[in-house]
Amino acid sequence: MAQETATVEISADLELVYQRPESLTLAHTHYCPGCTHGVIHRLIAEVLDELGVRERTIGIAPVGCSVLAYYYFNVDMAEAAHGRAPAMATGIKRVSPDKVVFTYQGDGDLAAIGTSEIIQAANRGELFTTIFVNNAIYGMTGGQMAPTTLPGQVTTSSPTGRDVETAGWPMRMAELIGILPGAAYVTRQAVLDVPGIRRTKKAIKLAFQAQLAELGFSMVEIISTCSTNWHMGPVQALEWAKEHMVAYYPLGDTQVSDGVHALMERK
Amino acid sequence: MAKGMVIIDEDRCKGCGLCATVCPAHILQLAQGRFNAKGYPPIEVTDPESCTGCAMCATICPDVVFTVYRQKRQPQRAAATAGGGN
Amino acid sequence: MAKELLEGNAAIAEAAIRAGVEAYFGYPITPQTEVLEHFSERLPELGRVFLQAESEVASINMVYGAACAGARAMTSSSSPGISLMQEGLSYIACSEVPAVVGNIMRGGPGLGNVQPSQGDYFQAVKMAGHGDFHPIVLAPASVQEAIDLVVLAFDLAEKYRTIAMVVADGSIGQMMEPAELPPMRPVRPPAERPAWALTGAKGRSPVIITSLFLDAEKLEAVNLRLQAKLRQIEANEVRWKEYLTEDADVLLVAFGTMGRICQTVVREARAKGIQVGLLRPVTLWPFPSARLAELARQVRGMLSVEMNAGQMVEDVRLAVEGRCPVQFYGRMGGIVPLVDEVLPALERFDAALGGRKEA
Repeated sequence: MAQETATVEISADLELVYQRPESLTLAHTHYCPGCTHGVIHRLIAEVLDELGVRERTIGIAPVGCSVLAYYYFNVDMAEAAHGRAPAMATGIKRVSPDKVVFTYQGDGDLAAIGTSEIIQAANRGELFTTIFVNNAIYGMTGGQMAPTTLPGQVTTSSPTGRDVETAGWPMRMAELIGILPGAAYVTRQAVLDVPGIRRTKKAIKLAFQAQLAELGFSMVEIISTCSTNWHMGPVQALEWAKEHMVAYYPLGDTQVSDGVHALMERK
Repeated sequence: MAKGMVIIDEDRCKGCGLCATVCPAHILQLAQGRFNAKGYPPIEVTDPESCTGCAMCATICPDVVFTVYRQKRQPQRAAATAGGGN
Repeated sequence: MAKELLEGNAAIAEAAIRAGVEAYFGYPITPQTEVLEHFSERLPELGRVFLQAESEVASINMVYGAACAGARAMTSSSSPGISLMQEGLSYIACSEVPAVVGNIMRGGPGLGNVQPSQGDYFQAVKMAGHGDFHPIVLAPASVQEAIDLVVLAFDLAEKYRTIAMVVADGSIGQMMEPAELPPMRPVRPPAERPAWALTGAKGRSPVIITSLFLDAEKLEAVNLRLQAKLRQIEANEVRWKEYLTEDADVLLVAFGTMGRICQTVVREARAKGIQVGLLRPVTLWPFPSARLAELARQVRGMLSVEMNAGQMVEDVRLAVEGRCPVQFYGRMGGIVPLVDEVLPALERFDAALGGRKEA
């Protein structure tokens, strides 16, 4: 979707501070207004640009709202079956070790149907990076309970609120993955405000750097919103997530290997 | 002369309003009574002179609506500042 | 190269290595685990990729990934494991990337047992996964043929950008026979991977490999392209073997190990005055329908002999279009019907057919 850029005369004493990253296509996304997928896509693209790896990056889209992510990233992309992205990424990276490989997955993809694949890939220390978008609900299919849905949270498949007696407790994937020795860098961040977005970008960059340095598996879990299926406006959704999700899903690193520490110190 | 300037790609905007909540100068507002090609009221700058080019709007925008410019920094005279550096 | 005494499963793996396989992902399951084990020894020493995956689900998706990246990739399993792979096979087929899959069939359904069977004919030929597609299905009847068909599988998979599945019953996987392996083919260097593969968008637009086409007309167009490809495969790649069919007036139809057993049945039946021949499909898909239709004008009847409840017999019936009677004889549960029960079954069938056809 080529967009006619506005021809505005830029005064000579102005410098460019921000523009669309090269690693994002011009396509307008199908995401709902205010959906944090858009922010996260952008952060990944900015990092790929800054690391200069766009031309050797291969991304894998999940099944979920971001199933069409392959239209938005300006890199080679594959579409995986639900939950299987870490297995596909393993196949791709093992036969193309010089490429930068990432999976982009939501809560159903990673924490329900794909739990085996993500745990096993992390355990093997696969050299790809997973971006895990946690918004406590299944967006694409219309708002059902996710493994990350909070206790008491109303969804279309938990109409009286999540009952932990029957449905179990929400899963803290950053912690689960973080204890695996094959994981070099695992962290949970949030894109609920500007400081959080900046920290998330730093985390994404460190994760890709861990891959480039061949230190092990890297994952950034990102607390996100789903304005439509939470039945609130975009701004309200950020507030709700801040108020309710961060308490259950603490922000911070769950695994930083020695190698990754060294990377952090080098900055 | 404004410290900063943003160019808004109106047709990308979905009227989510997140940018308006983070603009420190409070100069972003959704358009009244007009809509873009998508049918959303796009974001507008109410007072361009007050823009500082901080890019917080671009940071929170999910749809890459903003391109941000800022005044180039004037070169500092060496004078008494900066101490014994490299 | 000289003949050596080779075990079927190991030979299948080694044949793939000679054919230039770059990556194998698999999971242990009897009676094909030796395939995995042979690869586990040989691939690392050749600097190629071997990974024992956590499940068959993971295995087929790793193959899918490696294939998208343009590498020659393979997995293998046995019946219940192939069931787990059906999702992946459907995705691979729609995405049109090449993959080779081995199925060393065991007794089913369910966990079944580890004895040989041909119970996955329907699965391989009719329903390798959801949606309209067929892998090319190759059915060896000996260790040598398994070697040859594995090599062919890689060539066909790449030629048509499709799945080539080699199906053998457990006895072929486990038996040891003298056979000859082909010479080692060099592995394709990464720089020479196909243009359609995910290799990094350097100096070109990004490549997207997907099986999702939300627009109905687009998906129909994809399906029409897949169907056209299948018609091409049907026109060019059907393979079968015949034994004493020139003057046959009754025909045995059998594949794999049953084909081999039926060859002996033909000899013994002929000695008893029954003018029987054998048609042994080597490709189960595409099926040698045209040849069977021809033979239906010549023979009084066809007996399909299988290690299942009667699966290939349906394709024989479809092929002959009612021109002659088609019956079935078989055993299930992992039992291999030998000459001593197939021959009487043939005799009963031949007798029931009545008079010989006019010369």
